[in-house]
Amino acid sequence: MIAFQNVAYGYGGAELLSDVSLRLAPGSFHFLTGPSGSGKSTFLKLCYAELLPTQGEVMLFDRDVRSLSRDDVALTRRRLGVVHQDCQFLDHLPIAANVALPMAVAGYPDQPQDLSDLLAWVGLGQHANVLPPSLSGGERQRAALARAVITAPDVILADEPTGNVDWEMSLRLLTLLVELNKMGKTILVATHDMNLIRSAKAQVATRVLRIRDRRIQLAGADL
Amino acid sequence: MKIAQFTDILKGDAQADSVVPSTGHSAWLTLFTAGAMTFLAVFALALSLASGRLANRWSDALANTATIRIAASGDQMEAQTLRVLDILKATPGVASSRALTDDEQKALLAPWFGPDLPLDQLPIPRLIELTEADPGYDAEGLRQRLVAEAPGASLDDHTRWRKPLAEAAQKLRLLGIVSIVLILGAMAAMITLAASAALEANAQIIKVLRLVGARDTYIARAFVRRFTLRALIGAAIGAAAAMTGIALLPSADAAGGFLTGLGFQGAGWILPLLLPPLAALIAFAATRRAAFSKLRTLT
Ligand SMILES: Nc1ncnc2c1ncn2[C@@H]1O[C@H](COP(=O)(O)OP(=O)(O)OP(=O)(O)O)[C@@H](O)[C@H]1O
Ligand SMILES: [Mg+2]
Repeated sequence: MIAFQNVAYGYGGAELLSDVSLRLAPGSFHFLTGPSGSGKSTFLKLCYAELLPTQGEVMLFDRDVRSLSRDDVALTRRRLGVVHQDCQFLDHLPIAANVALPMAVAGYPDQPQDLSDLLAWVGLGQHANVLPPSLSGGERQRAALARAVITAPDVILADEPTGNVDWEMSLRLLTLLVELNKMGKTILVATHDMNLIRSAKAQVATRVLRIRDRRIQLAGADL
Repeated sequence: MKIAQFTDILKGDAQADSVVPSTGHSAWLTLFTAGAMTFLAVFALALSLASGRLANRWSDALANTATIRIAASGDQMEAQTLRVLDILKATPGVASSRALTDDEQKALLAPWFGPDLPLDQLPIPRLIELTEADPGYDAEGLRQRLVAEAPGASLDDHTRWRKPLAEAAQKLRLLGIVSIVLILGAMAAMITLAASAALEANAQIIKVLRLVGARDTYIARAFVRRFTLRALIGAAIGAAAAMTGIALLPSADAAGGFLTGLGFQGAGWILPLLLPPLAALIAFAATRRAAFSKLRTLT
C-alpha cells in the first residue's frame, strides 16, 4: 500500500527524518509514536503526498509519488482517508456536508445514506447542521474521523485522532478503526496515548513504529 | 471541448457551487465591471456601425455621380451643352448623362431665391448630371477635353470635399472597433484580478478540497461558474441599459445627421445582443486561466 525507501525529509533546514525505509502491508494496523516535534505529522504528510521526500522514494499504491500528475494525486487521495491533526474543515459548510465532502468531490452529489449512522457513531448525531467553528476540539476530531472513513478508503491515516476526547469516546473511535481493519483496511494512527495502543493490541494485531533520532523503528515488545 | 464546458457550466451544480463561499466584494466587482464595460461597448458598437453607414453612403455618392457646370452667354450655352453631352457619350466610364431641366434647376435654387425665379433671364449656369460606370472615367482627361472643346464647362466630381469626410468616417468606424476590443480586453483584465483575489481569499478552502481528493477541474469550476454567471448577468444589464438609451435617441431623419444616425438599424440590433454571451465567454476564459495558474502553485 505505502512503501518508503531510504526516505529523508527536512523543511529547508536540517533533516527531520532520515533514511526511512518501511512498508505498510495491506490490512496492517500500525501506530506511530514519538516525542512532540519528532516528525509524526510530517511522516503522514509524506504518506498522502502533501510533502514530497527530499531524498528517497515514497510509493503509494505501487506508484512513485514524484511521478504522479496533479489529477493522479487527487485520485490517490480518494483511496486514503486522513484525519489531519488540525482537522481542516470548510468552515462555511455544516458538519454533515463536511463529512460528506470526499463523496461530493469524487462525484457523488447526494449525501450518502449511512451519513447519519456514521455521525451518530462518532457522537455527532445532534450536530449535523452545526458549522465546524462552533464545535469543541474533541467534536471536531470525531467529525474529522467520520470524514476520513466515509468513503471506506483502502488506507486510513489518523493524526492524533483521540487527542482531545475522553477515554470512553477514544475507545469508541478505536472500535471504528478496528472494525475497518477487520474489513481489510490498512490503518496508521499517530498517537501519544499508550493506553489506546494497549487497548488496540488486545483486539487486533498491531505494530508500533517509533520515531527516534530521525529514524523510524519498529518498537519492541515493551508496550 | 471548451464550448461544451462553457455551456455545461451555465447549467450549474448547486453542490459543487457551495464548496466555495460567495465572496461579496468580488461578486459586485465582476457584476459592475461587466455591466459598465458592456454599456460602453454597446456605444462603441453603435458608433462604429453609424460611421460605417456614413462612410458607405458618402463613398457611394462619391463613386456614382458628378456634375458639370456650364457658364456661357446666351447663344453659346445651348451649343456648349450639346457639345458636352456629346463628349460625355464618347467618354469611356460614363454610364449616363443628362442636362437638368429648367424645372429641376429651379427646384434646386428655390430654397435660396424663392420659387418665382425667371431662370431664362438670368445668367444661371446649366447643370449636367453624369453617372459613373464601373470602372470609372478619367476625371483629369475629361477636364482637359472640356477646357479645349467647351471652355465654359467645369467638372465638379465632389471628390475634393467628400473624400476626406468618407475617410474620416471610415477611420471613426475603425476607432469604434478598436474601442470595443480594448473594452473587452479591460473587462478580461479586471475579471482576472477579481478572480485572483477570490482565489487568494479562499486559499484555505482550496487546500482542504485538494486534501479530500478534489481535482483541479472541480475546484476551478466552482469559481469559473460563479464569475461566468456574474459577467453574463452584469453584461445583460449593461447591454439592456445602453440599448434602451440608444433606442430613446431621436431617430435618424432624411437629413441623416451623424448624431441622429447613431442608433442601430434593422438587423444591427442583434449585434449588441451578442455582447453579454461574449462577456460571459471572456469571464469563463479569464477565470479558468486564473484558477488553473493559482492551483498549480498548491500541492
Ligand atoms: N511547514 C513547516 N515548516 C517548517 N518547519 C515545520 C513545518 N511543519 C513542521 N515543522 C517542524 O518540523 C518538526 C516536526 O513537526 P511535526 O508536526 O511533524 O511533529 P509531530 O511529531 O507531529 O509533533 P506533535 O506530536 O506535536 O504533533 C517540528 O519541529 C516543526 O516545528
Ligand atoms: Mg503532529
